[in-house]
This record gives sequence, C-alpha cells and structure tokens, in this order.
Amino acid sequence: MTGELGQLALCFALALALVMAAAGLAGTRADRAGARAVASSAALGHLVFVGLAFGTLVYAFVTSDFSIVAVAGNSHTLKPLVYKISGVWGNHEGSMLLWVLVLALYAALVAALQRGGARLTSGAIGIQGLLAAAFLLFILFTSNPFFRLDPAPFEGAGLNPLLQDPGLAMHPPMLYAGYVGLSASFAYAAAALLVGEEGWARAARPFMLIAWIALTCGIALGSWWAYYELGWGGFWFWDPVENASLMPWLIATALLHSALATERSGAFRTWSLLLAIAGFSMSLIGTFLVRSGVLSSVHAFASDPTRGFFIMVLICLAIGGALALFAWRAHTLQGGAAFEPVSRETTLLLNNVFLVASCACVFVGTLYPLVLDAINGTKISVGPPYYALTFAPIFFAALFLVPFGPRLGWKRGDLKAAWRDLYPALGLAAVAAVVVLAVASPRTIAATGAFAVAGWLIGASLIDVRKRIGRGRGGARASAFAAALAHAGLGVTLIGVAGTTAWRSEALTVLAPGETMTVGPYTLRFDGVTRERGPNYIADRAHIALMDGRDVRATLLPEHRFYPAEGQDMNDTAIRTTGVRDLYLALGDDRGGGRFTIRAYVSPLAPFIWLGGLVMALGGLLSLWGRLRARPAPQSQPAAQALAAE
Amino acid sequence: MKAVLLFLLLMVPALAAPVADTFSNPATETRARALQRQLRCLVCQGESIDESGSPFAADVRHLVRQQIADGASDQQIQDFLVARYGDFILMKPPLQPDTWLLWLAPFLVLAAGGGVAWLTVKKAAARGA
Repeated sequence: MTGELGQLALCFALALALVMAAAGLAGTRADRAGARAVASSAALGHLVFVGLAFGTLVYAFVTSDFSIVAVAGNSHTLKPLVYKISGVWGNHEGSMLLWVLVLALYAALVAALQRGGARLTSGAIGIQGLLAAAFLLFILFTSNPFFRLDPAPFEGAGLNPLLQDPGLAMHPPMLYAGYVGLSASFAYAAAALLVGEEGWARAARPFMLIAWIALTCGIALGSWWAYYELGWGGFWFWDPVENASLMPWLIATALLHSALATERSGAFRTWSLLLAIAGFSMSLIGTFLVRSGVLSSVHAFASDPTRGFFIMVLICLAIGGALALFAWRAHTLQGGAAFEPVSRETTLLLNNVFLVASCACVFVGTLYPLVLDAINGTKISVGPPYYALTFAPIFFAALFLVPFGPRLGWKRGDLKAAWRDLYPALGLAAVAAVVVLAVASPRTIAATGAFAVAGWLIGASLIDVRKRIGRGRGGARASAFAAALAHAGLGVTLIGVAGTTAWRSEALTVLAPGETMTVGPYTLRFDGVTRERGPNYIADRAHIALMDGRDVRATLLPEHRFYPAEGQDMNDTAIRTTGVRDLYLALGDDRGGGRFTIRAYVSPLAPFIWLGGLVMALGGLLSLWGRLRARPAPQSQPAAQALAAE
Repeated sequence: MKAVLLFLLLMVPALAAPVADTFSNPATETRARALQRQLRCLVCQGESIDESGSPFAADVRHLVRQQIADGASDQQIQDFLVARYGDFILMKPPLQPDTWLLWLAPFLVLAAGGGVAWLTVKKAAARGA
C-alpha cells in the first residue's frame, strides 16, 4: 500500500507543479490576480504532496518494507533507526526525491512570504513549477523510488557503511538546502526578466542567504566527515564531488555581493541576474556530475544511459532557457548606475571578478579531464598541485581586498581614510607573520602569507565591530556585524588550513601491546586490541593510552569495523582535540601476533577549519535575521530605482 | 650462458634487499614523501599514494622508494611511472599543448573579468561626471 500511496502522491505533485507553472506564468500579466492566487495555493499543495511522497518513503525505510526496490537495495533490519532514515537519501532515487522536496519547500516559502511585487512573485512560482515538473518527470520515468519487488526479499542489502555516520546523515539535506535554495534566486531572476521588475534582488535576498548558509554548512560538514572518516587526516581532496559543491558556493558568494550593489545603488543589474542564473546552473551541473556517475567512472553512464541523458536534457533546457531569456530581455533592464572608481561598487566588482575566476578554475579543473578524454583519449588527472598554483593565488588576492569593501562608501569612497582605518589590521597581519616566522617549524612562505592574510581579515573585522557598537540601528547594524563575522570566518578557516597543511606531523608504526610511539609532542602506548560488537558491525577496537610521564592521561579507541550485511570494512578514527590541536588516530592492518599498524597524526589548528565555516554561517544567519526583521520596503518604488534615479 | 648471465644481471634490482618503509635519512624521507604526494592512487578516489591504504598505493610507494635508493632523480621516477601508467598518475597535470587551456583558463577568465570591470568602472565614472 505504502508504495502506491507514494506513487500517487508523486503524480498529484506533478499535476500541481504544472498548475504552478501555468498559473504562475499567467499571473505575470497585471490583470490576472486570480491566476496568482491559484499559483500560490498550488505551490502549498505541491509541498503537501511531495512531503507525503517523501514521508511514505521514510515510512517504508523505517518499517523495512523490502518489497520496495530502493529499500531492499539500501536498508537492513539491523541498521540503527537513524541510518534507516538517512538511508532514504543514501541512494539515487531517494536523494532525487529529497531534491524535489527541498525545491517544493522553497517554492512554498516564496508563495507564503510573497516578497517583491505580485507579478514578480507569481513569475517566480511559475518558474519553480516548471523546475519541479521537470524533476518529477525525471523521478517518475527514470528514478522511481517506489518500484516494487516481487517476491520481496527477507532482508535488505544494507547501506554503504561509509554513509552510516552522523556527519553524512546530515550532509546531503544540508547541501541540498543550499543547492536547491539557489533555485529561488534563479526563479526570481527569470521572473524579473519576464516582468521587467527591478526589485528582485531585494525580494530574493533571504533565499540567497539561506542557500548560502546551507551551502557553507554543507561543505564544512562534508569536509569534516572526510577528515574523521577517511582515516588519514586530510580535509579537502579537490575531488570532483567536492568541487561540485564548491562551485555553487563561489557563485552564491559572488551573487550575495553583487546583488547587494544592485539593491543599494542599482549597479550591476544585468550581471546580478546572470549570476543568479549561473548559481543555480552550477547546482544543476553539480547534481548532474554527482548523480550521473560520470565522474567516478565514465562507464557508469552507460549502465543507465536514460538517466544521464534525461538529466542532461533537463539541465540544457533550464540553463539554455534562462540564458535565452536573459539574451532576449536583459537590455530592457539596462540603465546602470554612476559610481566613482574608488567606491564600494568597485570593490564588489573586483570581488566578483576574483570569485568568478576561482569558480572557473574549479570548473575547468573538474571538467577538463572528462573533455580531454572524450576528445583525444588522453587521460590526465587534476589534483591538489593544480589548484595550489591556480585557485590559491586567485583566492588569496580576493581575500586581500576583502577589508576595503565595508570601508568604502557607496558611489564614492575615501581610499586614504580606509587605509588609515586599517592600520591596526595591518599591524595584526605583520605580528601574525613575524610570530609564524619566529615560532613555527618548518617555516614556509605559504603559511606565513596565510597567517598574515588571516590577521588582516580578522583585524579588519574587529575594527568593524568596534566601530559599529552604538552606531547604526536595527537592520543596518545587523548587516554590518554579519559582514564582519563572515569575513572573520574566512580568516579563521585560513588559519586552520594553513596550520594543518604546513605543520601536520604523523607517525606510522607497527606496535605490539605494551610498546609506545611518539608523534609530535605526544607519547602513545598501545594496549592491545579487543573485539567488540556494534548494532550491525563487528569491530577491532584498539586501546591506545595517551601518556603523561608514567600516567595515562586518556585512552583513545580507534576502531576497524566490519559490516557483515554489506560485506565492507570501515575505519573509525579516534580524535582528541585541545581546540587548537588535534591528535588523530587510526587503526591499520593486523600484522599478526597482536601487532597492529597505528597511524597517528597531530594536526595543529585543524579545528579552526570548521570553526571558520561555522563563523561564516553565523554571519549569514545574522544577516538573514536583520533582513527578516527589517520593515519591508514599499513595493511600488523599490530602493534600487530611487537611488538609481539620482 | 650469456643469456642466463644477462637475465641474472637484469634481475639484480628485483633481488636487491627490500627497501624499508622509511628512510633513515630525514632529507631523503621528506623527498620521498613529497614525491608520493604528487602521485595519484589509480584505484582510489582522489587520494595520492601517500595517503591511500590500498595495495596498489603500497606497491607504487615501494617502487618509488626502491628507485630513490637506486639513485634515480624525481623526474626519472615520474617519467618511469608515466611510461608505465600514463599521465593519469600525476596529480599535477603536465604542461603540454592539450593542457595549455587547462592551465591558462583561470587566468584568462581573470584577465577578461578585469577588462570588463575596468570598462564598467570607466562607464560608471563617466555617468557620474
């Protein structure tokens, strides 16, 4: 029954998506108030039915209904409840359904909040209806999660143990909230092109912020997961799947800055529209890269060509359609604003140039090997050294410019005053560099430079916060604090990345029980391995004592787990952190006679990597809070137009 | 007889004493580690042979250390591995005609963006004047 209920709900959802599309687009005409009302109701109804379908699938996973293919292939009765639920999106079909659910949530939010003019909102709902319909068709025809198995197996095949982890249970919903959140900006931008309305940047701002916050958290979670789960202490691999999430983040960051200029001073109108389209395009391309399997192996495509083909056509239609609309209508919005070469607008423009170039770098690095292989069969791999030589310098240059933005006024800024204001930050940067050169070993130029830039960013943010206390009011103050927090977060992450990369020490030793090893400042004693039973795995658990002279200060328990249902092995690392330094242990091979290989890493400043992400996300949240609290601007005369008319 | 001798001679590297997991000379060890980080583990996803725990990575690590012990330069070792496994094993793609675009594209975009930004600022300044 459950499967059929879900199937039916999907069909109703598809019908309502089509209603959203038709009524929403019809509602872009001024005299169609009725259509607009229908579109809004349809968006809410659409969410109800997609939610019902998703809930049905969750129910099937929780009750281990193995008559449903997706459940049989990705679940197991012995799995803990939490991983039964996360198993819903731990497979292709379910994750596409989650994608559509998030899309429906954003569409309903657009309909419920009704930000911007009525015609603009209606157009946005229409565009989201088109997207939802396309993805529902994709699900119903190529990736139906409710297909039945007859006869149903007694037991499921289990879930990849790598995915049975709290970090990875949370990672996809978070990342999707970001990916798909960009659909709202995309829909608003397309609707703005359709109705020729200017206020879209202000209307879409909360959605951009939500998407950006979610992407930031999603990327940080993914990186943290890779760190503690993969067992060798790395946190970012420049893996195509990671790159697929970084590209939308870079564009979303550019969009947040450009749209601010569009909203405040009417500058970069067409450019912001293009970025909104590009941001969601990156999400779609990312989804395609990850979902089609074209990355992990070119042959995975051939195993189910319909899927890859369908999603590729869908992407081409969405991106191509939006770009065609842009080419056709963008000139109607032209006008442009006046500003001087030294102004906040210019810094935002430079921010965009660097961010787009960084994104181009990741884009080329990710796709070039695929294209080259298709053209002449040459197989190359693009690894970290490539990004160190291309992405890093470009992104560094962008970071250097960050503190100038908030200090220069709109339309006209005072560069000298900005420099004077930044002297303390410059001092902090110099101190950071000198301290690194004096204390650290080995001394590297990259780490010194990174610490200087981090000092520069954090120093500038501190100055901002100090100056803002007691000045400005409500929304304006919140947004200034938000920018300071987000920019400081960049500095914090930079400290973590530089510290770990430059000064990580490691030891790989074969130990018999009772023997000791040293790594960095720590002495570790291996106290043997015990066999433990988890809910759905068997583990070899190493007992490793962290010594303090002759005393045991702590015991760390890295494990090597075997999941019989899935027939797979997994490492479970043990990490002890002081907040500024991680001791990281992984259990290696059994060398016989009670001897085991132990991998130990000491990663200085590693926690800062994710702490910085958290600080950035908090900045985003603060900005969002300021926005939602602020009184909505009069809709007939958006601020952008008023300012541009000056 | 000559053939047997030649065969034995060719076998010498293979018969050489197994290389230790770590070099006792720290400089050589650092060099080996740096080189290992430049080589991709072909059977893993996104890991270098330095990080990977796979048997393939262990084999290539052994090969690298063997050649370092035999006095080969980094370039020679990389060339040897490229001849054996193709360019794919290099984490850093080689600079050759069909990868020029890969290496230049980010900077071309940067230059183009800079040009557009310059024109935009000029136009915006003229508008205000």
